[in-house]
Amino acid sequence: MMTTFKSFKFLIALAITLTAIPFNSLAKESNSEAEKQFNPTDMIMHHIGDAHGWHFLGSGDNSYTLPLPVILYTEDGVVSFMSSEFHHDIEGEVVVEKDGKRFVNYHETIYQLNAGEEKLSFGEDHYPNNAAAPTDLSVTKNVAAMFLTVIVMLIFFFSLARHHKKSDKAPKGLNNALEALVLFVRDDIAIPNIGKKKYMKFMPFLLTVFFFIWITNLLGLLPGAANVTGNISVTVALGLFTLILILINGNKDYWAHIFWMPGVPVPVKILLAPIELIGLFIKPIALMIRLFANITAGHIIILSLLGLIFILENVGVAGISVPFALFIMVLELLVAFLQAFIFTMLSALFIGVAVEEHEHH
Amino acid sequence: MDLIKPDFGLFVWQTVVTLILIFLLAKFAWRPILDSIKKREDSINDALDAAEKARLEMQNLKANNEKLLKEAREERDKMLKEARAIKERMINEASTEAELKASKMISAAQEAIAQEKQAALSEIKQQVAELSIEIAEKVVKKELNSQENHMQLVDNMLADVKLN
Repeated sequence: MMTTFKSFKFLIALAITLTAIPFNSLAKESNSEAEKQFNPTDMIMHHIGDAHGWHFLGSGDNSYTLPLPVILYTEDGVVSFMSSEFHHDIEGEVVVEKDGKRFVNYHETIYQLNAGEEKLSFGEDHYPNNAAAPTDLSVTKNVAAMFLTVIVMLIFFFSLARHHKKSDKAPKGLNNALEALVLFVRDDIAIPNIGKKKYMKFMPFLLTVFFFIWITNLLGLLPGAANVTGNISVTVALGLFTLILILINGNKDYWAHIFWMPGVPVPVKILLAPIELIGLFIKPIALMIRLFANITAGHIIILSLLGLIFILENVGVAGISVPFALFIMVLELLVAFLQAFIFTMLSALFIGVAVEEHEHH
Repeated sequence: MDLIKPDFGLFVWQTVVTLILIFLLAKFAWRPILDSIKKREDSINDALDAAEKARLEMQNLKANNEKLLKEAREERDKMLKEARAIKERMINEASTEAELKASKMISAAQEAIAQEKQAALSEIKQQVAELSIEIAEKVVKKELNSQENHMQLVDNMLADVKLN
């Protein structure tokens, strides 16, 4: 305890000393390119947002980016090309010509220029006025990261399944840890919330969602990784799965409790019906917002703390920012598990309520 | 505000990927894993039940053994007790019989002694009487040698009668 406190004091002292020394020369070198001023909002949004290429480091033409396929569903069919054809441009300046159509990438939205247009132009509202965005089914950074999670999950659980096909004995090593988590989902999430009689039907969904969210969260904490579970589209999809399971599996009692609450006077029944109906949709919406907000917030905090170094243009700030960011990072490790647990747990709870057998009095 | 605007492409990918993932894992991973875990749990429970049963049987066996041992011990004690009782009785019987015999012998002896004594006494009496008569005869013979003496005796006798 004492040593931790001492080293913490030492860190603060070091940070203050470093702040006092003018390291500005390091940051000021790039001042010659005055227009390239650091914009923390852009940096953070770029990091937590989706992209058509998987950018690792560097900037402009010197950056290291994994090109990903751009797949566009236009009025005349599917058009696809690699994201590297944009040459890292997201300002809509590089025009890619494919099948007689011209495309630009403007802030990670792919626009198709109207016929005859050579260059993207903007209207008074600063939106492109000579192009339309086709349906974008590209394998973006998030989709690629999703695939990575899928590969990891398939390797992990096929290996565990292989063990289980061979013997009924407890596995060793990683398989044992995975099995403990599978049992955790079964014994602490599915059975208590859904009940012993019906839980088996929902196990594939609960297990898949739990491990998908958890592994994606963890992979998302790696440097240069995508922010998949912190993307509203992803959580909307996941939340919809829960909603659809509730809608399909809700029994007569459940619907009775929503539209015609038994055991209360008629005026209250009429009052309760819309509230319960809204509640039915609020539940998965809360799920999707909770997951999205928690993961994105964690990323924003870490990026903001690190962004401070560049905002204040002082290396010494790193002495404070880095330990704090590290602390948040460790916290995020916990949050990664916690959010996977909460999402699965609440899904199980909502499903459990929908399939619950009520005792008839 | 791209942050909170769902992106259709990503949504579609997520849905498709999740569906495929659920299907693949359900078929090739979750089912075999859960089934096998269930089987293992069942076998563990069975083993535990069997162990419990064996333990109970063992206990029964032990209790039985103890009961048998106890019974054997009781039997032994009983036999010992009986033997002791028999011994005592035999000793008692022997001693009373001996006593009886002894007292019988003594009384027979006493009787015999008494008879002998009686016989001896009566013999002595007879001999004394004979001796007395002999003595008396001799005395009488001597006394009655003279007339005078003879007369004196008669006189004495008559005097005695007169007194009466």
